[in-house]
Amino acid sequence: MPTFEYAPASESRAVVDIRSTYGLFIGGTFVAGTGGIFTTVNPATEEPLAEIAEASAADVDAAVKAARTAYTRVWSRMSGSDRGKYLFRIARLLQERAREFAVLETLDNGKPIKETRDVDVPLAAAHFFYHAGWADKLEYAALGPDPRPHGVVGQVIPWNFPLLMLAWKIAPALATGNTVVLKPAETTPLTALLFADLCRQADLPPGVVNIVTGAGPTGQAIVDHPGIDKIAFTGSTAVGKMIARSIAGTRRRATLELGGKAANIVFDDAPIDQAIEGIVNGIFFNQGQVCCAGSRLLVQESIADTVIKRLQRRLATLRVGDPLDKNTDVGAINSRRQLDRITELSAAGEAEGALRWDSGCPLPDKGFWFRPTVFTGVAQTHRIAQEEIFGPVLSVLTFRTPGEAVAKANNTAYGLSAGVWTEKGSRILWMADQLRAGVVWANTFNRFDPASPFGGYKESGYGREGGRHGLAAYVVTGEGA
Amino acid sequence: MTRVEVKKTYKLYVGGAFPRSESGRSYAVSDARGQFLANASLASRKDARDAVVAARKAQPGWAGATAYNRGQVLYRVAEVMESRRTQFVEETRAAEGVTPARAAALVDAAIDRWVWYAGWSDKYPQVLGGLNPVAGPFFDISLPEPTGVVAALAPQGSSLLGLVSVVAPIIVTGNTAVVLASRERPVPAITLAESLATSDVPGGVVNLLTGDPAEMAPWLASHRDVNAIDLTGVAGTAIDWAELERAAADNLKRVRRPRLSQDGPTEPDWSANLGLDRLTAFVETKTVWHPKGR
Amino acid sequence: MTTAAADATADATTAEVDANTDANATTDAAAIEHARALLGVSRLTNAALTRWLHGLPGVDQVGCEARAGALGTRSIKSASKAWAIDLAISMIDLTTLEGNDTPGKVRGLAAKALTPDPSDPTTPRPAAVCVYGDMVAIARNTLGDSGVRVAAVATAFPSGRASLAVKLADVADAVNAGADEIDMVIDRGAFLAGDYRTVFDQVVAVKRACGTARLKVIMETGELVTYDNVRRASWLCMLAGADFIKTSTGKISPAATLPVTLVMLEAVRDWRETTGTQIGVKPAGGIRTSKDAVKFLVAVNEVAGPDWLEPHWFRFGASSLLNDLLLQRQRLRIGAYSGADYIADDSPSTAY
Repeated sequence: MPTFEYAPASESRAVVDIRSTYGLFIGGTFVAGTGGIFTTVNPATEEPLAEIAEASAADVDAAVKAARTAYTRVWSRMSGSDRGKYLFRIARLLQERAREFAVLETLDNGKPIKETRDVDVPLAAAHFFYHAGWADKLEYAALGPDPRPHGVVGQVIPWNFPLLMLAWKIAPALATGNTVVLKPAETTPLTALLFADLCRQADLPPGVVNIVTGAGPTGQAIVDHPGIDKIAFTGSTAVGKMIARSIAGTRRRATLELGGKAANIVFDDAPIDQAIEGIVNGIFFNQGQVCCAGSRLLVQESIADTVIKRLQRRLATLRVGDPLDKNTDVGAINSRRQLDRITELSAAGEAEGALRWDSGCPLPDKGFWFRPTVFTGVAQTHRIAQEEIFGPVLSVLTFRTPGEAVAKANNTAYGLSAGVWTEKGSRILWMADQLRAGVVWANTFNRFDPASPFGGYKESGYGREGGRHGLAAYVVTGEGA
Repeated sequence: MTRVEVKKTYKLYVGGAFPRSESGRSYAVSDARGQFLANASLASRKDARDAVVAARKAQPGWAGATAYNRGQVLYRVAEVMESRRTQFVEETRAAEGVTPARAAALVDAAIDRWVWYAGWSDKYPQVLGGLNPVAGPFFDISLPEPTGVVAALAPQGSSLLGLVSVVAPIIVTGNTAVVLASRERPVPAITLAESLATSDVPGGVVNLLTGDPAEMAPWLASHRDVNAIDLTGVAGTAIDWAELERAAADNLKRVRRPRLSQDGPTEPDWSANLGLDRLTAFVETKTVWHPKGR
Repeated sequence: MTTAAADATADATTAEVDANTDANATTDAAAIEHARALLGVSRLTNAALTRWLHGLPGVDQVGCEARAGALGTRSIKSASKAWAIDLAISMIDLTTLEGNDTPGKVRGLAAKALTPDPSDPTTPRPAAVCVYGDMVAIARNTLGDSGVRVAAVATAFPSGRASLAVKLADVADAVNAGADEIDMVIDRGAFLAGDYRTVFDQVVAVKRACGTARLKVIMETGELVTYDNVRRASWLCMLAGADFIKTSTGKISPAATLPVTLVMLEAVRDWRETTGTQIGVKPAGGIRTSKDAVKFLVAVNEVAGPDWLEPHWFRFGASSLLNDLLLQRQRLRIGAYSGADYIADDSPSTAY
């Protein structure tokens, strides 16, 4: 009897039309930048996809001016209900062009089409839909008396969820009446540029959304620009700290969504099959390149062996490879640089004495790949238990009592998310109280919703995105005005 | 022949005790007309460090108390303040150089403000939290939790009302505080500390240091075991608050900036309704998900 | 199994059913002894069974359904699809369980099993024809030594509300008439009342009555409702000697859902890991399309493993599924979409 092989089921690339070069989207049109050019590649094949303008400080200045003009002349004068209608339009356009965005995101980012199709793009549309409804209801959001927009918001987003992070940033900013200068990550600019096209289809007034592409210096130019009233950043804790320093002593404010080293805690009475799925989803979703990834598995010592065995059996069924294949579970690492970091930290894990295991699955010859990897025998003092790897690498630690689980979970400078798996309700609630993390998933993991506030404690940043709470970051009220 | 008065030694308030500065230093505090009032302790960076240790130790217990309990404890503080009303009025008058009637009004406002914040302890979670209607079979709630240990520079001008307006919203949610009192007007702050000590507030929940904020604030701003810093009290000083904010970035402290006017930091109008701003500045939103199934 | 072998089986079974009660008691004692050893208890009381079953890990409904949903998104193409369709056909228990079944209807169904698609002799045959006990002989007669088995529902199917004696007589009838496989129902009332020992004893008794016929135990998961119950019932039935655990009678909705089957696949996987014994799984009722069938096969492959990907270990209890699989098979063969007029059937359905 032959084994059950899934033939490649590749999503067609024909749905996307990638131009060979892209300019900057400023004031409602694409303009040539005055800076350099960089190339964005498909991380699954290393094939160049397009040449992208690198925005100079002068380009950023032009974008901020366009945003300011749009703010003063149009957007701040428009009624909330009309702003909302633009957001509804954007949500619908995203749904209409969902497949195009999904394929483009997969090509540029390397994540599986299954995820862009089922998570990134639908959630991005949902964020616009959700925030559209807020635009004319802000006075009911209990944000304080007379909520008003900041003005021009500078937004810098990461490469792990390019379109989704764009939606998390732009939707609330526009709903609250701000205009936007947004920089996508240098390895994943394409969906943001396609979104610019979508803004034109929506007849969004020119300058309300400006997209400037580039790397660190472009981001720094946004952060340092005196015409920016507020910074919203998602990315590494190191850069987040730089931003916090850059705006110190100014009137500019910031919200920061930064790194994490989440504990996913499994008790001996957990719903074991779902817990295994939750562990897998927690660390291998998006190749583990997720700030809230459950990268530290804390498993009760009494069931550690069986959990590890079941986990390894499950990992053997993960399909690693062509991100455009609808059956692919784990895609490519986003960049050479990120792959190097994952490789380096994994080597450190071995050197520190942790036991390394991977499924041994075959990997494509070209592109940036890393096998789903599990380290057992990890101690809190190991680098792989402390540093954010941002890759498909799970560190397994054990605990004996609920108190010890909490202590280990909280023993980190981060505080973004945590997971708890147990069938005992009162223990879940006790754990949820004790864990110092902005999001606690109990008997589930990596769930996101536009109505649900997301954000960190401690060095995972400040401010929330999503829900009523997320609006607060984009308005000024009361004494703080 | 008038009786010889027994003069009080003014000390720090750390971990529920009243120590002198470990440095052994003190400084002369005068009233608004320049008359000597007392020698106050001139706290050092090590006193600030000790205060952070005390605040950290007290924080889980204070946050873990029921909201009802915290509300009662804080209301008890107002009761004790009321019983020392005369003393507060005299000290405020001396510190701020206002008329006795004005001083009395300020003290009354301070006590009333304390009561106002105390009442929030078991209400703000409902106002700031709630159920999130997510698109899936999940129970999803968000609730505010205390940020942790908060350092606060109390206002230099408003020695009691301003102080209360800074401290009460920090601790009502379960944070603990390390407070740098007004440099020139520390006496009402010390009496507030005595009110705290003689009510039911656990030691370490509020730690109050007198001395020079410019000397201690940088150490608190850079202290990695401090989770947030309130810079209200830089107004009216030469302290470079930008430098403090930069130092605070090292562990991503939540920074409440001073009120900024055209001329830079200014002390707020404490008679105004403050809203919830000061309370929400030092809470974190936690979101908890759980599936709903049979 | 050849007809001769089937006959031999039938003879042996007849002999066993007719044997004296001492022998029955010995068989049951062995089953109880086996269960006692597995549970590590000195007496197989209802309390012991309860502790054991309630000690199984819980099943979170939302997570379980999410996993089933994810398995359902697997996309099967080209050669794999052709292979999956043929495999699915060979796993079907082609079923008619109606009050108005007649010899003619059953003969037609059996003929369909022998020649699923007269336009293509390479089409595999279903695993079995599944009928009520009184129709076993009719089916047996048509199927002969084709290798297509005869399965009979028994034990006062579908409700199971009869005395054990009646249930055993029902089984004996079917076995004597030549059934290769018996599909029994558990006493859901007893299960939901916490009387696990009764459920256990009945399965043991029926298993004995089956002789060499393979026993499929229907849990009627639509009446057990929760996945925790499905998991416990699966383990209880396996403990009592089921050769197959089966979802449903087809008379209750919901019947064979993918998440329910997922829980059962986890159960047989874990059972083999615990005991070394492999048990089959049969989702029955509600699986009508090729697309559905492929989702189940994907679940079998990824949850229980490839060892279960054969008719001996996995079955579909279905009637209209066969014709949809045949349509897809024709589509792959001729390269164009086919239609009902090209699917020969004794009871043509317009459902697809």
